[in-house]
Amino acid sequence: MDSLAEIIRKCEELAFDLKFTRAKEWKSLDKTRVLVGHMPIYIPREVVHAANGLAIGILGGGDKKLIIKGDAYYQSYICHMPRSILELVMDGHFEGFDGFIFPSICDVIRNLSGMFQLLGKGRFIKYLDLPQNFKRHIGGEFYKQELQQILEEIYKINGVKVTPERLRHSILLFNKNRRLTEQIYNIRQEFPWRMTAADLYHIVRAGYVIPVEEHNEILENVIRLIQEERGDPLDKIRVMVIGAFCEQPPVGLIRTIEMAGCYIVEDDFLMGARWIQGDIDPAGTDPLSDICNAYLEKSTFSSSVYDVDNPKEDRMIKLMTDRKADGIIFAAPSFCDPALLDHPILQKACNDKNIRFISFLYSENTGQFKVIKEQVGTFSDSIKLWEEPVLFGNKE
Amino acid sequence: MTKDVVKEKSMIIQKEMITRIFKDLSTAKETGKKVVYTFVPGNISELILSFDMLPVYPEINALQSGMRKKSGGFILDAEKHGHSEDVCTYVKCDVGMMINGNIGPTGEKIPDPDLLLLSYTGCFTFMKWFETLERLYPGVPVALLHTPYQEGHKITPEMTSYMVKQLKEEVIPKMEKVSGNKYSEEKLKMQLVNSSKVEDYIIKIFDTTKHRPSPIDAYFAGVYYIGPINIGFRGTPGAVTYYEELYKEILLRIEKGLGPITPEGVIEEERFRLVVEGPPNWTHFREFWKLFYDMGAVIVASSYTKVGGVYDMGFRVNPDKPLESLAKYCMNCYTNLSLQQRVELLSKCITEYHADGFLVNSIKSCNSFSAGQLMIMQQLEKQLEIPVGFIESDLVDPRYFSYSNIKNRLESFFQMLEQRKYILKK
Ligand code: SF4
Ligand code: SF4
Repeated sequence: MDSLAEIIRKCEELAFDLKFTRAKEWKSLDKTRVLVGHMPIYIPREVVHAANGLAIGILGGGDKKLIIKGDAYYQSYICHMPRSILELVMDGHFEGFDGFIFPSICDVIRNLSGMFQLLGKGRFIKYLDLPQNFKRHIGGEFYKQELQQILEEIYKINGVKVTPERLRHSILLFNKNRRLTEQIYNIRQEFPWRMTAADLYHIVRAGYVIPVEEHNEILENVIRLIQEERGDPLDKIRVMVIGAFCEQPPVGLIRTIEMAGCYIVEDDFLMGARWIQGDIDPAGTDPLSDICNAYLEKSTFSSSVYDVDNPKEDRMIKLMTDRKADGIIFAAPSFCDPALLDHPILQKACNDKNIRFISFLYSENTGQFKVIKEQVGTFSDSIKLWEEPVLFGNKE
Repeated sequence: MTKDVVKEKSMIIQKEMITRIFKDLSTAKETGKKVVYTFVPGNISELILSFDMLPVYPEINALQSGMRKKSGGFILDAEKHGHSEDVCTYVKCDVGMMINGNIGPTGEKIPDPDLLLLSYTGCFTFMKWFETLERLYPGVPVALLHTPYQEGHKITPEMTSYMVKQLKEEVIPKMEKVSGNKYSEEKLKMQLVNSSKVEDYIIKIFDTTKHRPSPIDAYFAGVYYIGPINIGFRGTPGAVTYYEELYKEILLRIEKGLGPITPEGVIEEERFRLVVEGPPNWTHFREFWKLFYDMGAVIVASSYTKVGGVYDMGFRVNPDKPLESLAKYCMNCYTNLSLQQRVELLSKCITEYHADGFLVNSIKSCNSFSAGQLMIMQQLEKQLEIPVGFIESDLVDPRYFSYSNIKNRLESFFQMLEQRKYILKK
């Protein structure tokens, strides 16, 4: 069996393979297999899986792709990720992809779907209008029709009929995937020194580009390995990072936070993989409705979902308390309306509850972390100085 | 030297309408009228009015603050309260205005909302905006109307049925509760009869730019023309009267061969005909307009005047199907159109109104318009071989209006148009 270091190395390679080699290899083995790219934050990957497809998370080029053509399509005051996605398009990275799904999270992603349409990319483009009405017979019904459209599009390509059995099988696999991921977060909550947040990031992100069956295996191995003691606990504060759910922070930034005196015990980096809280009913007679109901009733809080009856600040604070975090780092991409317009709301809640926080902006290709390192370092010191020192993992 | 603005009858009617609505708002607490905050795109005012409630449009407050040179201060106040420099300035301007007592353009206080009607057509920031307002006005009910996007370049029956269900089961019950009145389909139908008349007039009015010289400017003056339907008069007999009068005046201008009225006077010589994409800048609106006036540039069509509803492609409300009509109206607003539909619509405007050039005013605040705009521009340039120009500003943040930059860019653009005209003539 591979060592943890070896697994992490492989995951890092997979996570940032902008040629999507493993996915394309997987597709090449069977004519009915399809590749469906999807933008952040969340799509129900179960649906694509049941149709013999692989849903691939498209998260931009990060700091690994030089932008030359993408800038010609975006003004300077629009976030960075869509331009790197267009750069990837222009450079042919998505050759072999059959379709693309754009979940309704913001105007930039919405209009990017139109740009893909104008460029004639993929055999289908689906803007997935996630309902903002959470009643089963209103929003649920509409959402089901949206998902049926995806199935129809894939069927036109590969002729695969999606049966309830197939869907239930996919639900089981993704339930497992979420449970395993959560288990790793839970272990790290107790023993954050056993694996860095950057390593965890690579492991979860690898799951965006490989079949779920393979990812589940990886997660199981990781859990086995981090259940054993490794590394040494350090005197760091525990933080939750919020706001980085779409355009991803460069890994250097995640490392910087941890090097500057923090353990990241909760984050929303790859929120789509953990969107549904708990299991989707794996045994229902109408599994497509079960997937819809899970979205309506078991979604996490998010900047792209209106929270009329379930205020996000309360949910944020509960999550932070559950994770026993000492403070919150608001890290958002520059020019990200959804994340940034939430900040005053969330930060007010922090102030009301005496929760320490800092905030800064980044872009996926930020290369200099000196200022952020100093800011996080001061934050960590201030919490350490004023709170009772606790050595995490050795709690009474 | 600036000349006095010639006041036409329609202008006077409009002014009276605005004064009246703000008066009604300022006395709402005494008269017991309930107040509904909502947005311009997808403004289902007919429904609000059918419950005898009064609509308030935070964007309109923001743009008026911009025109009154108050937005800069409001935005700074919002930023002091934790709002990022990077986000939509309409939201910040509104928050700042609220912090400063919510005084409207007539100097009277705008009443607090009794209902927040979030119909977030074509823009996600609306949703974030109301999440903010919901916290600033705790306890005020929110009625959410999710408008599906025309991703497939059309409205499907499923989309309509989703919206109608929301109207029936979410929006109307909340309106009944807040207003204390029962929903009356008859009343709504009557309002829609007026709306459909107004929609016809709007098309006729904006179609007059086919004439040479164009009797109107469809951007700078256009924003005044769409005022009444966008600030609470959709469905009212007053709106019908206003548009009837406006249309008559425009026909008279055509008869006399007159160009558009501007604050600087009438444009005597129409040198360039343009189609403009994107909202205008409000903080320097008159200066901005004058740049075009000075060059004899007339805007013959603009996407911004379609932000509160697109009627060019045949859509009209149907009073016999009231809720369906409201749903379709919301889905038909400009920023709820797919990019392909936007290209088609702009291309139709450029061709039918014989534009010499296409200009984008890209707004820093507004992802809903700005994201994808450069591709729209490229597509039109390629398809129609038309000269394209690009300028940048903001709606209400004066920090992002650079007069000299805009002037320089416009001058080069007009030079390019001039040369092209010369070549074409030859
Ligand atoms: S980073 Fe923010 S603004 Fe940009 S695409 Fe993502 S959610 Fe939209
Ligand atoms: S983003 Fe644009 S459409 Fe949306 S509220 Fe701001 S200015 Fe209006």
